[in-house]
Amino acid sequence: MALRVGEVIESNTTGFIAQCYELHAAPAFGSLVRVSDGALSTYGLVYDVTTSSIDPGRRPIARGKDEEDEAAVFRNNPQLAKLFRTDFTCLVAGYGEAGRIYHFLPPAPPRVHAFVHICTLEEVADFSGSLDFLANLVAPGFPGPGDELAGAFLRLASRARADDGFLVRAGKELAVLLSGDLRRLNAILRRMKP
Amino acid sequence: MSEFEPGRGKRLGMVVGGSLLDGMAVRLDSGDSVEDMAVGRYVVVEGRKKKFFGMITDVTLGTIDKQIEITPPDMADPFVAEIIAGASTFGTVHVAPMLTLGLDAVSILDGPQPVKTVPSHFSEVREASEEDVALVFGREDASHFYVGTPLDMETKVCLDLKRFGERSSGIFGKSGTGKTFLTRILLIGLVQKGAAANLIFDMHNEYGWEGSSEGEQTRTVKGLKQLFPAKVAVFTLDEESSRARKVLTDFTVQIGYDQVEPEDIEMLSELLRLSPRAMDAIGFLLKKFGSSRWLEAFLSIESTEERDELAESLGVYSSTLRALNMSLSRLRRLKFLVPRTVEDSVQMILGYLDRGQNVVLEFGRYSDLLAYVLVANILTRRIHSRYVDATERAMGDKNQQPRQLVITIEEAHKFLNPGVAKQTIFGTIAREMRKYNVTLLVVDQRPSEIDEEVMSQIGTRITCLLDNEKDIDAVLTGISGKNELRTVLAKLETKQQALVVGHAVPMPVVIRTRDYGSPESYRDLGFASAAELRRRADKDNDDLFGDRS
Repeated sequence: MALRVGEVIESNTTGFIAQCYELHAAPAFGSLVRVSDGALSTYGLVYDVTTSSIDPGRRPIARGKDEEDEAAVFRNNPQLAKLFRTDFTCLVAGYGEAGRIYHFLPPAPPRVHAFVHICTLEEVADFSGSLDFLANLVAPGFPGPGDELAGAFLRLASRARADDGFLVRAGKELAVLLSGDLRRLNAILRRMKP
Repeated sequence: MSEFEPGRGKRLGMVVGGSLLDGMAVRLDSGDSVEDMAVGRYVVVEGRKKKFFGMITDVTLGTIDKQIEITPPDMADPFVAEIIAGASTFGTVHVAPMLTLGLDAVSILDGPQPVKTVPSHFSEVREASEEDVALVFGREDASHFYVGTPLDMETKVCLDLKRFGERSSGIFGKSGTGKTFLTRILLIGLVQKGAAANLIFDMHNEYGWEGSSEGEQTRTVKGLKQLFPAKVAVFTLDEESSRARKVLTDFTVQIGYDQVEPEDIEMLSELLRLSPRAMDAIGFLLKKFGSSRWLEAFLSIESTEERDELAESLGVYSSTLRALNMSLSRLRRLKFLVPRTVEDSVQMILGYLDRGQNVVLEFGRYSDLLAYVLVANILTRRIHSRYVDATERAMGDKNQQPRQLVITIEEAHKFLNPGVAKQTIFGTIAREMRKYNVTLLVVDQRPSEIDEEVMSQIGTRITCLLDNEKDIDAVLTGISGKNELRTVLAKLETKQQALVVGHAVPMPVVIRTRDYGSPESYRDLGFASAAELRRRADKDNDDLFGDRS
């Protein structure tokens, strides 16, 4: 059963931002999340996780001087968990409708307050059946660390698929996409190496 | 798009460019290494409306970006290496299209046709499957004879022996590349299929009873007579040698001095070091003694005085006659050359050939060129004239036509070099004897020394490795796609590989020659051992009279 981690708080056609229910409980960088919104489920790749004060005007102050460890800071200041928030930004990588997965943008972005789930390994395996989304990650206009994201997701997908050939196939796809930029290709390849 | 499908070969890649003249560029799929490709390999291109048959003629390396050549990736890492191969770098093979087959029913019935166009972009390229090869080369049947397999394949390539015998053919290759081996296999085919009667001038005693096969170790292999005892007659020039080798011969050939004509001697002028003046002297001798006695009369002169007298009466220098005597006395060494013969050897040979027998003439210890050129020329000249007579007599009646005859000669350039080809009988046969049902099978290591006009008449050329540029040129004269084939030819292995082009095959093909010399190979060719014959006889007995045990 996919784990529910938060809700969409801002969205547009190509991406969305979700807030975690628990502080510091964001999905791992490069993991696949699913936003279920009626008949449509939107898939997103987590690429930016931010933890900040709920009030942008208030900066946190250091509190752990007399504490034994970091956990004690939160234990002795229970209000802290409510004064901070963890958000994560996702790239829309595709959507699912009526049991099929499409690796292009959904007709509508996820709505605000839609629930965000971390995909199970089976879902990751299903989703990574096609590698079309890689083109978006390495495209020049991508706002986040696309190369890192590609590497992280491919590592995850390879684990989910338990398929030795997968990384090589993905690598070849990247090699074609980055045919003119060998240094970048090498950097990604080093990151996705099993 | 699966890699393997029944009846179709493995997918190799797709057509990405090219032209009819220069052949097609085929980009290999990423899974295929260029190292698995081989020049000369046979492929099929599946176009949209037609299927093309072609041959790999070149292999090149390509990269998607020039940068990769300047800063190569870390290939020590197997993961990186695997990704780069086929994606950033790839192999391209060059395919020369040779034949095409339309995919509609009518075209399939017509069979493969010469190419007039190229397949469209991105057509799939596959290894040729067994069906493809059979479609082009035919299956083994009454006239098709299995000679070998294409490179890296287990399929049989068959030669149309009927067409092979129809025109003169050649087997070429450097010394030690398996010419004799190939020739033996082809002769076996010709005898087995009965495609033509054979007369074989067997210089090194390789084809008659048994021969040697040079492999990892030299072994003796069965000759024609052992395989087809009822169809082959072994003639010998040297009975002693045949007996010493325990060969059962049918006839010992002797040649009378009266059968030697001046033109036979002229053929030998190089070997006998005869000057033009000496040749003139022969002309005078001929006038004086007549064509049947001149040699005998001249060689019977023992003393120098008599010879000088003769010189005077002929009006030539006595030194010329002395030199001529020196040269011609080398003929005395040839024991098969006798003043008078009891039986007419040519008549014997023709008799055998007429009855559908094949004749192998062993030279025994006379394995030098002098004996070979002399005998081959004398016999062939007379057989030729008989054939011309017979064919002309049969003008009105097809059934009277003499049987197709294939004459096998080795060291063919001695008979067919530009200096003599115009005059010798072999030149004539090569040029025009197709009409008279006589063709040549020339075996030679220096095709460049064969007269160009003769070479152009050679229908089927089977070529083992050649590395001399001139020889390669000579062999490929008049063959389309010469440049591509040149690469193929130069890259043949030194053993058991040959390029077959010409009349007997619909398209050029590189073959690995079939195995010959093992018990299985004999059995495949229809040879039955004594034990096998007995078993068959017993079975026949049982079938006829019931099991009496």
